[in-house]
Amino acid sequence: MKLDVSGLTKVFDGKKVLSDISLHLDDIRSLVIIGPSGGGKSTLLRIIAGLLVPEEGTIVVNGQAIPSEERALREYRKTIGMVFQSYNLFPHLTAAENIMLPLTRVHGYGIDEARMHAMGLLKRFQLSAHAEKKPALLSGGQKQRVAIARAVAVSPSFLLFDEPTSALDPEFTSEVLDVIEELREEGKDLILVTHEMGFAKIVSDYALFLDEGVVAGAGTPHDIFENPKEDRLVQFLDKVLKY
Amino acid sequence: MRESDREAPSPCPSTLLNAFLVALFILLIFIFSFSRLEYDFHWAGVWAYRAKFIRGLGMTLVLSFFSLIVSFLLGSLFALGQKSRFLPFYFFSRFYVEIIRGTPLLVQILVFFYVIADAFRVQNRYVTGVVILSLFAGAYISEIIRAGIDSIGETQLETARSLGLTLFQQYRFIIFPQVFKRILPPLAGQLVSLIKDSSLLSIISVSEFTLNAQEVNAYTYSTLESYLPLAVGYLLITYPISNLSKRLERTFSYET
Repeated sequence: MKLDVSGLTKVFDGKKVLSDISLHLDDIRSLVIIGPSGGGKSTLLRIIAGLLVPEEGTIVVNGQAIPSEERALREYRKTIGMVFQSYNLFPHLTAAENIMLPLTRVHGYGIDEARMHAMGLLKRFQLSAHAEKKPALLSGGQKQRVAIARAVAVSPSFLLFDEPTSALDPEFTSEVLDVIEELREEGKDLILVTHEMGFAKIVSDYALFLDEGVVAGAGTPHDIFENPKEDRLVQFLDKVLKY
Repeated sequence: MRESDREAPSPCPSTLLNAFLVALFILLIFIFSFSRLEYDFHWAGVWAYRAKFIRGLGMTLVLSFFSLIVSFLLGSLFALGQKSRFLPFYFFSRFYVEIIRGTPLLVQILVFFYVIADAFRVQNRYVTGVVILSLFAGAYISEIIRAGIDSIGETQLETARSLGLTLFQQYRFIIFPQVFKRILPPLAGQLVSLIKDSSLLSIISVSEFTLNAQEVNAYTYSTLESYLPLAVGYLLITYPISNLSKRLERTFSYET
């Protein structure tokens, strides 16, 4: 995908969460965003997802500017798959229904068609046995895989992951990361915010270090993880990789 | 945890024993108090009016039933009002809820019946009674529903938006199905209050349960014999409902 960000600024309660961010990336397959909490990672991801509108600046994805008007934004959101930190499955719907809801209500699938599609995805992610369970009966890893299936189901033009493993028990982390890795190998474009540095290194072909609302480091995984030059990045990596 | 795992545990012997002891204790207090009372019970005089009690109870049930339906509609409307970005609707809803919840039902009944209903030439006191009760309970139900809507996490709504659902679809498919289950228990509790609050309609001569008991008292001069059946009658209706409310609470608690 192509990503052009220019002069992006987002303010919450008088505080600049992102200040004047600019980026020009041609033909990236997987972009990883790292950085300390409160550095602006999730905010940037939400703006790219069309969930937040910036105060200033523009983002152009694959040649198309992200709109700022709600109706156009909704159309834009339909073309994206987003996976959140806390799974965010709807608790009153079964795993299958969670996947089917956007298909039938937003993307015009018939019920049978949506069910077949959902079942196919659940099977692919080894979740067939859990199709009729409500989220409360699933493990964290299973919930997150259902959430990924829901995001993938609508054939999005790219996928966004907001710290998809942060809320998981460590034992479930790898099953979720495996799925993301699999999707990347399949050729899905993705942008991933994560604290899993080892995974970030493997999966990314470009990495961004956001700190205090600015891009404090950017480059190939080699530049960022093996050969960090910026002081703040070195300090950050020292801290997260200490143990 | 499965729903079936949350079923009410069948009462074990020690629970039954404790319940029995508590009941016995309360009963002894009543027996003692009544024994100190120099009062001759004349049940026969009141018994003659048993049909009147039953008619009154029936009217209380009918009033409560219609009031519950209308107040649910009003409550839903004003709950949406409290969430509305259309400011006149928002402020009207807030104003309505605060005024109703902050003033005594007794005053509301008097003002509504003698001033507002009179000005609009509504003659039927039963219709007026249902309207007043509905306005009253509607404010509380509005708060129940609003709290229910607020209990749906912001993250769920963000997810719904990210999936491309419209605001209407978010309410229709995400918020309402969950809110409805969550508010059933407090709604049942509100129905209990509604049934008891309807007794105040006696002051505008709506011939419900309490007014009938008052009349029997006036005919027979047997105060306690008239009012004790009143308490038992209300309890007979409200106890099953509050019991139901507790059962609903257990059934739906798995959701969270």
